[in-house]
Order: sequence, then C-alpha cells, then structure tokens
Amino acid sequence: MSFGKPKIVCFVCNWAFTEQELAVSRIRKVADMSVVRVMCVGRIDPVIMLETFIKGADGVLLVGCAPPDCHFVEGNVYAELTVKVLKKLLVLADLEPERLEVRWVSPVEEVRFTGIIEDFAKQLKKLGPSPLAKEKYDVNILEDVSAAKNAVADFRLRALIGKEKELTRSVNAYGERISQIEFNALLDEVVKAEFIRHKILVLARKKPFSVRELAEVLNIKPAVVLRHILNMRRKGMIALANIDGATPLYEALEVR
Amino acid sequence: MADGKIGAVLVVGGGVAGVQAALDIADSGFKVYLIDRAPSIGGVMAQLDKTFPTNDCSMCILAPKLVEAGRQPNITLITNAEVTELSGKAGNFEVRIRKQSRYINEEKCNGCGLCAQKCPVEAVDAYNRGLNDRSAIYIEYPQAVPLKYMIDREKCIGCGICQEICRAEAVEYEQEDTETTLKIGSIILAPGFTSFDPRLKTEYGYGRFQNVVTSIEFERILNASGPYGGLILRPSEGEIPRKIAFIQCVGSRDAQLGNNYCSAACCMYSIKEAIIAKEHVPIELECTIFYMDIRAYGKEFDAYYNRAMEEHGVRFVRSRVADVGEDPLTSNLFVHYVEDGEPKTEEFGMVVLSVGMRPPENVEKLAEVLGIGLNRYEFCQTDTFSPIETSKPGIFVCGAFAAPKDIPESVAQASGAAAKAIAVIASERGKLITVKEYPPERDVSREEPRIGVFICHCGINIGGIVNVPEVVEHAKKLPDVVYAEENLYTCSQDTQVRIREKIRELNLNRVIVGACTPRTHEPLFRETLREQGLNTYLFEMANIRDQCSWVHMHEPERATEKAKDLVRSVVAKARLLEPLKKPVTSVIPVGLVIGGGVSGMTTALELARQGFEVHLVERAKELGGHLRHIYYLLGSENPQEMLRSIIEDVSENERIHVHLNTAIVDVKGYVGNFTTIIRSGGNEKQIEHGIIVVATGATEYEPTEYLYGIDSRVLTQRELEERLAKGQFNAKTVVMIQCVGSRNEERPNCSRICCSQAIKNALKIKELSPETEVYVLYKDIRTYGFKEDYYREAADKGVLFIRYDDEHKPRVTRENGKLMVLAWAPILKTWVPVEPDILALSVPAVPNANNEHLARMLKVPLTKDGFFLEAHMKLRPLDFATDGIFLCGLAHWPKPIEESISQACGAATRAATILSKKTLEVEGIVAHVDEDLCVGCGLCITLCPYSAIEKDETGIARVQEVLCKGCGTCGASCPKRAITMQQFTDAQIVAQGLAVLRGVVHG
Repeated sequence: MSFGKPKIVCFVCNWAFTEQELAVSRIRKVADMSVVRVMCVGRIDPVIMLETFIKGADGVLLVGCAPPDCHFVEGNVYAELTVKVLKKLLVLADLEPERLEVRWVSPVEEVRFTGIIEDFAKQLKKLGPSPLAKEKYDVNILEDVSAAKNAVADFRLRALIGKEKELTRSVNAYGERISQIEFNALLDEVVKAEFIRHKILVLARKKPFSVRELAEVLNIKPAVVLRHILNMRRKGMIALANIDGATPLYEALEVR
Repeated sequence: MADGKIGAVLVVGGGVAGVQAALDIADSGFKVYLIDRAPSIGGVMAQLDKTFPTNDCSMCILAPKLVEAGRQPNITLITNAEVTELSGKAGNFEVRIRKQSRYINEEKCNGCGLCAQKCPVEAVDAYNRGLNDRSAIYIEYPQAVPLKYMIDREKCIGCGICQEICRAEAVEYEQEDTETTLKIGSIILAPGFTSFDPRLKTEYGYGRFQNVVTSIEFERILNASGPYGGLILRPSEGEIPRKIAFIQCVGSRDAQLGNNYCSAACCMYSIKEAIIAKEHVPIELECTIFYMDIRAYGKEFDAYYNRAMEEHGVRFVRSRVADVGEDPLTSNLFVHYVEDGEPKTEEFGMVVLSVGMRPPENVEKLAEVLGIGLNRYEFCQTDTFSPIETSKPGIFVCGAFAAPKDIPESVAQASGAAAKAIAVIASERGKLITVKEYPPERDVSREEPRIGVFICHCGINIGGIVNVPEVVEHAKKLPDVVYAEENLYTCSQDTQVRIREKIRELNLNRVIVGACTPRTHEPLFRETLREQGLNTYLFEMANIRDQCSWVHMHEPERATEKAKDLVRSVVAKARLLEPLKKPVTSVIPVGLVIGGGVSGMTTALELARQGFEVHLVERAKELGGHLRHIYYLLGSENPQEMLRSIIEDVSENERIHVHLNTAIVDVKGYVGNFTTIIRSGGNEKQIEHGIIVVATGATEYEPTEYLYGIDSRVLTQRELEERLAKGQFNAKTVVMIQCVGSRNEERPNCSRICCSQAIKNALKIKELSPETEVYVLYKDIRTYGFKEDYYREAADKGVLFIRYDDEHKPRVTRENGKLMVLAWAPILKTWVPVEPDILALSVPAVPNANNEHLARMLKVPLTKDGFFLEAHMKLRPLDFATDGIFLCGLAHWPKPIEESISQACGAATRAATILSKKTLEVEGIVAHVDEDLCVGCGLCITLCPYSAIEKDETGIARVQEVLCKGCGTCGASCPKRAITMQQFTDAQIVAQGLAVLRGVVHG
C-alpha cells in the first residue's frame, strides 16, 4: 500500500512558537498534520497520546521548550518522563516506539518548526502507516494499545511517572536518592505488569477466562499469569466467575 | 516493692502460647509486656486454616484471644521487637528491648487500609509464604492485632503517597528503631518454632517444582484469606489438582539431617489438611498420605484418623517416599516409593511436604542473651519433673520451643508457665496494674429514649462506597433520634471525646454506631459510654462495612440503601434497650483439688505458692497416685525420689490441707462460692471454696487378652517395670504386644504413653541383660517429640520392632506349658513363632469407674471414652464449660509425667485468675425468669449447657447469673415463655427485624 503523507498529531507548547512560525505551508507537503496548542506539553495526559494512536494517527509529536526553560517551571520534564514510559508500553503493544517523540526548541536558538516536522515525517515514512490507521486495522495491536491506555489511566503507573523526577533527582521520603538504575528496574517491572493486567482485563471483559487460556493468548507462563490474577483479585479488578470442572474462570469487574 | 520484687512479667513470643500466658498473668493481677518479632501477634496458629480434631476455624477461635490481648489494659504489646540484654535475677530483672521501626505511628493508625490500596510497590507476601504479593505498606493478615500498618523498608521507595493519603496522619518516614528498658520479675519464653526448610531435602524437589508445597503453604492455600481465596490451586497454572500426595516426616525423624526427633503435630495436621482439602474443591479429590507411623496419640485423635479413612476416603500408604520427579510438560509430579518391598511410582497433581518443627530463628542469640541452656536439637532444655523451667531461675518456657507440640498442649503449658512466672512475684500481686475509675451511672429509667447516631466513613473503606451523608440524613429522621453525625473514623480517640461531649450536651441516653464489626469494636464504644456515666448496654452497632461496603462494593446505591436499613433496624432496637446490671459475686479464696497424684499435688503446690489455701482430697490412704508405680524413666531422673520430695513439699506447706481416705459426697454452689461435703471414715466435713480442680487420674486397664491372669508369664508393662526395678527380672526372650485393649472397637483411641513405656522397659532390659531378646509387636510406634531418640536407641540396641495390623493381630497360645507367640511378618508374609519367657502387654490408661458419678456431681461432661471433657479441645484444655471448675492430668487423657505437670501448673493458673479476685463481675446479658409465669417444668434446666439454671425452694426455675452465658436457648424453648433474654428480648428482636423488612416487602 502506498503511503503518502503520514498523519501526525502535534501537541505544541503555547510558548515555544508564535502563530506565524506554526503556519508554514511547506509542512502540508510532507505531512497530514493537526496541531494542537496547549499551555504546556506537560499537560498532555498519556491517555490522550495513546487515544490519538487508537484513533489512527501515524505519529504523535510533542514539541515544547527545551529544559531547563519552561514557562511552567518544569512541565517539559514531566512530558519527557511520560513519553519514556509510553514508549515502553508501545513496545509491549507491538507498535513502533518511534511513532511517539518529544522535541525541544530553545527560545534563544533560531527556531525551525518546519525542520522538526520534516524530520519526524521522514521517520514515520520509514515505518510506514500505523497498523491502526489502515482500513483493516490490526485488531491485536488495537487491543494492546487500549490495554496500555487503560494502564496509564490507572493510579499505580501514573503515580510512578509523577514521582520519578522527585525520587531520582531529589530525595525520597526518607531523605535518600533512588538511583536511576534502581528506579528504571522498578518502572520496567511495573509497566510490564500493568500492561499485562490491563490486557487480561480487556480479555476478561469479553468472557470468563482460565489462567491457561490467558497464558496462551498472552504467550507468557501460566504461573506468571496466575500471579497477576492474584494481584488483580487483591485490587478488585477481576473476580472468580465460576469453576469449570477443575478450572477456575475469571471475569472482569466492571465497577471499580 | 517488698524484697525488691517487681510485679511484672515479660512474655517473649505472641503466638497462641504467649498470648495465653499473657492473658492469664494479666488476669491474675500482674503487669505483662508481650513482645513479638513480627508486626502482629498470633504466631503460626493465625496462619492455619482449620484445627484438628474439631475442624474449628483457626482464626475464628484465636481472634477473640488476640483482641483481648490487644485490649487488656495490663498487657502492653511490643511488636517488631526482640530482647537484646538481660541483667538482674529472678524477681528483679532488667531487660533491654529493641523495637524495629514500623514507620507508622501506632497511636494514630486505625487500620483503614487506604495506604495499601494506593501503594505503587508490590512485594512478595511472606505471610502467605510467598504464594502471592502484597503492597510495600501492609498488615500481615486482615484480623491482625495490633491492626497497625507497617512499611516494608526493604521494598519501599519512599514515594510519599501513603503519607499524602493517610487521613489519620499516621505515616512517619522519620521514625527510628527504639530501645527501651523494662523492669520485670520473671520471664516466659514462647518464641515458638520455625518450619523446616525442605530445600535441604533436595530429593523432594521443593523450590524446583512449582507444585511441591509445604504444609504451612498448604494451610495458607486452604485459607479463605490466603493467597488463592480458599481455592486449592496448582501454583504452576492455577488449576485445581485432582490428586494430592502428602509426604510425612520431611525434616523430622531424619538421622541424616540430625533431626532425629518427631515433630509431634504433622501426622494430625496432614490428616486434617487432607480432609479439609477434599471439602474445599468442587471436584472429586484423591488425597494420599505417605507415612512411617501415624502418630494420632492425642485426645480422640485416632477416632479422627479413622474417620479420615472411612468417611472421607483419605488413603494412607506406609512408606518413606524416596524422591519426587516432575513431568515438565504437565507440571505433574511423580512420587517414587517402596511398598511391600516393591518399588512403585504414582503421578500426582500436587505434593504437600509435611515439614517438621525447627527451633525458632536466632535461637542461639536468644539463649545467649538470656543465659538459658538448649538441648541437642537447640530447643529449650527442660526436665521431666520441671517441664516449664529453663536452666535459669525466673525464666520459664512454654509451647513448641520447649518441645514440638500441638496447640492444646501449648495452651496448657502456657498457663503452666504463667503459674511459675507468677510464683516468683506472688507478693507483688495487684501492685503494678491500673484500675480504672468511672463516674457514677446516670439513671435513665424515667427518660424518653434520646438516641445519638454516629456513622463511620472508615477513611474510604465505608465512605468510598456507601453514601454516608445520606445515611446520616436518614438516621436523623428516625423516631427518637435526636442527633446524627458522620465521622472519618468513629473509632479514633478524638471521636470518643466527641461522643462523650454529645452525650453530655444533648443528654443522649442511647448511642448507635454504624461502622465495622461489633466483635472487635463494641467493647471500645461501650467503654466510652461508661466513661460518660451511661450504662454500657445502652449501645448498639450496625455493621455497615462488612455487610454493606464490602459485600456490595460494586453497587454503591444498594450498599447505601442497605446501610440505611441496618441503621434503622438498630435504632428500632435501641429504643427498647434497657440498662443492665452486671451481676457481682464474692470469691472465697480457697481451692479444692480432687486427686492426690502428681497432678493434684502439683496444682495444690502451685496454688499455695501463689498464696491461696488449698484442700487436697485423695481417695487412697496415701499421696502419689500412679507415680508410686514408676521406678525409672526414659531420662535419668529418679521418679521415686522426686515423688518423695513432692509429697514432702505438700505435707510441709501450711496452706495445703491434705485429706486422705476421703471421698467427695456432695458439691453445691457456683464459681467463687462452692460448698463441698467430704467424708473420711464415718466423718463428714464441709469445705467452702472458690474453685475446683479435677485431678482424679485414670486406671490401668486390666487385660482379658493374651492369657493375662491365666499364665503367670503374661504381665502388664507396669508389672514388668516393677520386676526390672526390684531385681526380679530373668528372661532370655521377652515379647511385648502394643495396643492391648486400645485402638480397638471398644476403645478406638490411643493411650499415648504405652509406646514410650514399652521402649523404656525394653531399654532397661537391654541395660540389665543385653543378651535378652526383645520383640515389640506394634501397630504404630508413637514416640512423639524427643522420645523418638529412645525408639532409635532401642532399635540400635537390637530391640526388634515388628508391625502388625488388625487383620494380623499376634496370637498367643499355651501348649504343654510352653508360651507361644505367633507374629505376622509382613515382608515374609508368614507367621513367625516366638517362645517368650515373659510376655508384656502394653495396656491403656482407662477412665476411673467413678468418673460418671463425679461428673454428675460437678455437672461437667465426659467424652465418649469416659474421660473428662474440657470446655474446648483446642483453646480451653484445662477449663470446663462450667465456670470455676478445672481439669488436669490423666483425668483429661493419658499423658506422660511432664505433660501432667504442665497441665497441673496450668490448672492452678486458671484457678488463680478467679481466686485472685475479691469479687467476680460477669456479663450482664443473662436470662431472667418471670416467677409468676414459670411452672417449674424443668425443661430449661435440661437445655442449659452451662448448668446455670436450678430450681429454688418453691420449685421455680432460677438463673444463677454468674454461670449464665446469655445464649438464650432456655428462653426460646420455655413452654410458658417465662424466660426473657436481656438485651435480646423478644420485643427488641422483633423491632429490629421488622425495621429491616418495612419498605422492602410491602414496598
């Protein structure tokens, strides 16, 4: 399938560019783009970014002020940390992480908005159209990105994203600094766990599932799935639906 | 402080033994510090699902004791703590305690659990033995005492979220470990045990194969609050297994490991786990137990074992399992074993390793700090005649740390240790305890009901689901409600102050709390009422947490409606509440001990040491009981010497009045005030006393089997012992037959002591006459605990042990003067003839013939076998259901000397909790008989399980309020409806019930 112009949704910081800088007609030649101006890229909720992919964007781009400059102190830093986590989730969802980028511009430099877009468009062109943008979208990837979206809508992951900067760059509640390596290890574990759990939740909304069936669909060890099931039960995400012979089946709990 | 003694006791270890000891001591008028290394008390018993042989839910019977320990004003709980230093001597110790930080202010935390819900970090749940996860801020189990959260510092990343969301402001990241010094008079060690780590038995695959679990993991799996919510699942993939194998003696009776001893409880807990497992699954489940000997030696244990086989279809295979393999595809397990000389393999879905007991963690350090001796297995060193004393005066031991044992034995021994600990400081009774003063009670009898309602959010526990303000608005409109409010936590200290203010300000005379369960919180609110001069029975509680926000967590509207219903119904009841008086009775500080054997004498001595006068009544002409016939023991002590010294102590003690050749003629009265008539010769005498201890012992069974009484070479073990002791033994061949008269149809249970007795005699024979051949024909050798050492020693010394089963009982004949024993050799599958010079029969201890008579006089029950039946087999082993009457020794069940002594000390403690009080105040919720209506039919007397009802001189039923437990069975059954159950009157119950129905049924 021929791939003309990638569909890009670009979230731009109100303070990084002037209206004029944004309204460059050359861009239309390389990308089918919609620009959303926000007060600060730190405002873009991770749920919105993933929702944008679900709705068929080939790429999502955040453009804001380069650290340490930020009109709102450090919204840009949080945007970067959020994107870092989302990239991990995109990998798990089998969607290329390069479809999501954050770019900085510095007010003291000559600003090249057009250049940034051109570069990103080029990057996307190499990847081809998003599997979710096609007429016949990939159902599995859609389900995975939805699970990822639900994961970042949930308290646990959001709490960690929000706390990363404080914990790794300043001190924690005990007055200690957590090394970036240690934090990354925890983050990786949590991202993976939350992704799998929300995927199980997506599945278990359709019909009751056994641990074995889930393990097959998710392609992970049944013992690991059981562990997730136990944690999900503890957190009130799922419940035992019924027992089929020797096989317990679990269903999603709708109200949480 | 007279002679520098301190009226406080340190109890180390908050398992069931430590808790029992602490409660007994505090209840006898002494201060207690109860410390535990864990964040909550409860020990291993709290982790168990059910308990044998009654299948009681472990937590259900333990929780009330834990809650009581948490609330007792004279018990200070110190959790996460251990002893680091000890100085001083018995009566006056100084101990240093190091308390690890919880990072939570225990005063402020109210256990709402919001923090754990929001904690982003997960950790392996060690309490559930790693089978699932918990958050980094946690409690060990839902009913934890104290119900205070704790931060797992290893796992916590310090994100600060829990502190932000804790409405009680209880999170303190800066909290540090603390050290305190306590002054105490004596110490009780109850640190329990650790489970054997089965990784050391590599052949069983634990740690390598996911579906091989330990017995304690399996307990958690069975438990509804365990990792799998009570479903039995294979950890490999969460399927329910169809076949489970239990492998016994993992880490016990194992010379290779150096753990020769038997862990004493595993046979029974495995049988229990097998039975319960079958009940827990919706499919047909096969349970197989691989064992060496089934050691079902306790009270009615064999009957339980038989039921497991016959009713529940549990399969028993006598074989030591060689190893376990795994099918990597199915994760099923192959159990390899040898049966009848043939190697066999069987496939199972799950394997449970019955892991034995090991000494508690850090036991060497504990022993070093305290200066106490350990035995060769690093359990606490004790002796037969001093089973509770450590090697250091003033420090006592109970529970599994003294020797592996089950729950009732631990509980009995804990009460025993309490007696010893108290005896050290008996002069200090009442000096360090606090007695609370209350304002006089307001008379509300002429007031119209004025009800105050307090509805709890419980953080978000209730408020997150139930619309609390709506419930409050609903309550305000209910009749007689003059005030209603909502609280973040109704149980918090500031709310108590507020409730008192509102009572005063608005002249409230009824208080209702809509919150959690009255089982844990009712006493707190009642106390608040009392502090404000309101009768404590003018309180009611609606459980809108468990019954509304928990069960209807996904339907908030219905949860709210139900909360309104429940509040409305208790308001309806509260309008009819009346103040109740707590009956008070005086106590005669004198004890009556029936039976002058080692148990009775020990109880009498312990009571006397605590300062109480005791009457010791013995039927025979001299003291000593069975001990008179015991000449040597498995250990090195000399029993006759010990007996002489105990009798001397009893005779010399001026507080003990010994009545020999004396029978009990009549017993009248109730706890605190008994009157007993005793008869000696032709003289009758009346004794007034406050308690009774039954220590009447048992009788040796006189066999009718195996030519006993016909051939003079056939002896009982006791007769053999006498010959051995008196130098009258001469035999080349001795055959011993076990279970003669026990474990049969007539007497299905095990007599507990005969195996050890046989081995004791066999060893003596080998000592005196090494060339004599000794054969022991047995069903199971039941040398539990450290006695296993002697079994091994006997086998090493050439004593031949030959097993028989019921189909192949030994045959004994006499032909031409020759005594012939035929023994079945299972491996050879043939009968082997032996010609013994002596045939010794191991016969059981059976109940005394007059037990029934005594039981009727005391109004206490007997077991099917005819032994005395305690109030609760697990947790009240020394009490009768009737208050003020206690039990110990062989009258309870056959047992060796050390266990009789432990129980006897324990019975003294239990009795002293009553004798130490001038008056007894009992629960006010009792039955009341309307004398005008009662016709004296006597039905209620038959029905009352506590013998609390009798007829007065006019033939009318009268409730003895001190004995009544308030169950109400009498009232519900009275043909004349003459009995009212106070606080649960017909009118109150109907009002409460109808209030819920109204609007639901008829719209």
